[in-house]
Amino acid sequence: MIKIIDLKKSFNSKKVLDGVNLEMEKGKITVIIGRSGEGKSVLIKHIIGLLKPDSGDVLLDGQDITKMTERELNEVRRRFGMLFQGAALFDSMTVAENVAFPLREHAEMSEVALKKVIIEKLRLVGLKNVENMMPADLSGGMKKRVGLARAVAMDPEIVLFDEPTTGLDPVMSDNVATLILDTQRNLKTTYIVITHDIPLTYKIADKIAMLHEGRIVEQGDVDYMKSCPNPILRQFLEGKAEGPIKVI
Amino acid sequence: MRELFEIIGKWAGRVVNTSGGMALMLFQAFIWLFVPPLKLRNAFRQMEFVGVKSLFVVILTGAFTGAVLALQSYNALKRFGAESLVGPTVALSMARELGPVLTGLMVTGRAGSAMATELGTMRVTEQIDALYTMAVNPIKYLVSPRILAGVLMMPVLAVVTDFVGVLGGYFVGVKMLGINSGVYIGRTVDFVKPHDIFDGLIKASVFGLILSLVACYHGFNTMGGAAGVGEAATKSVVLGCVLILVADYFLTSVMF
Repeated sequence: MIKIIDLKKSFNSKKVLDGVNLEMEKGKITVIIGRSGEGKSVLIKHIIGLLKPDSGDVLLDGQDITKMTERELNEVRRRFGMLFQGAALFDSMTVAENVAFPLREHAEMSEVALKKVIIEKLRLVGLKNVENMMPADLSGGMKKRVGLARAVAMDPEIVLFDEPTTGLDPVMSDNVATLILDTQRNLKTTYIVITHDIPLTYKIADKIAMLHEGRIVEQGDVDYMKSCPNPILRQFLEGKAEGPIKVI
Repeated sequence: MRELFEIIGKWAGRVVNTSGGMALMLFQAFIWLFVPPLKLRNAFRQMEFVGVKSLFVVILTGAFTGAVLALQSYNALKRFGAESLVGPTVALSMARELGPVLTGLMVTGRAGSAMATELGTMRVTEQIDALYTMAVNPIKYLVSPRILAGVLMMPVLAVVTDFVGVLGGYFVGVKMLGINSGVYIGRTVDFVKPHDIFDGLIKASVFGLILSLVACYHGFNTMGGAAGVGEAATKSVVLGCVLILVADYFLTSVMF
């Protein structure tokens, strides 16, 4: 389980996270929603130790990630996979080399076994015969799928998703949502998704948390969030320009 | 007046920040070189990129520099009846100065800018963050092999530049200006000592360190999308070239 306690982070006197408190259950999909620029990516980068907070704790099974050395963090990071907003595929490598990358770095595997895992992970995300393609030759949706295949290549306990549907058309977005749901059900992994895509959120979330002005203003399951009267949440979920959220 | 001090203060702050960042990166890259597993494949790939792929440009540069040096020195030395010294002039200039310096400048333009662009693109497209999340240290994976390649391949390229430069000088001096071939080669062998060549190669190695470190530092710390990548490439070439010329002065004053 991941527990975030009173997490604060500022960049050049701009408060981005202002006391975030949140728990993410093991084996469940937690979706963190919020407007662009509200600090969702900053929050997710704290969870995997890419950023150090000004104060507060990120506990993974009771261990505080924020106090770890780089060596300890590297041990912890092997338990994570991450799908980046733009997939962050290594553009000098083929699809197969991308998926194999974490395995080559950390697992002692023969080339035959490696090839088997590559094909299996690509099949898991609905891709075949793309092993020798370069990332530049893939569509946005395919890149995300390859990114997901790479993220789950090491069979991680926790997978982080940074805006998994940004830049995709509605059909492909729904396809990625189904993929997230299917892979999570198959792998029984903890998924943490940050997004402002409401249909995706409703489709995949076991728990939703809304980040606004550096704090979690509301959290609960899909039914609770749909009926919650909090005006900030209502404005965001219903996509209205008028309301307590100011558009600058 | 206050504004002037503010500008000087900001500039000094940037200089200290950049120097400190580069020193730290160099230290980390050096330490990571010896931490197993060793990334030899990466290092060889970078050596090919810095060394083999720069061959053509350094051959062209060396050949024409040697040729023009022979032409200029012939015109000057002829006034004193010392045409026989064209060979040693070309060879010493190439081995001590022009070989390492011109190779450094050309490799900075070709490989240094490419390193900064590649790392900068990896930074803005989150590929460097992806390495961190996969528990792979980007300094070890990206920076150490590039610096190693710069330090090891620059002397090799400088030898090629020296050799081609001397050939270019020989061609102009002997074939075009009519200096006796035996005299040209004999005087060159008399004047050029092994330490002239070795000191030049040490210079080349230092220039390789400078150009690769500057390129990696600016690429690694790129901010702000495509414009940031362009800025990183420009900074790495400008600062790399300036530092090579500054380092050349100090190395020359110590070595020769």
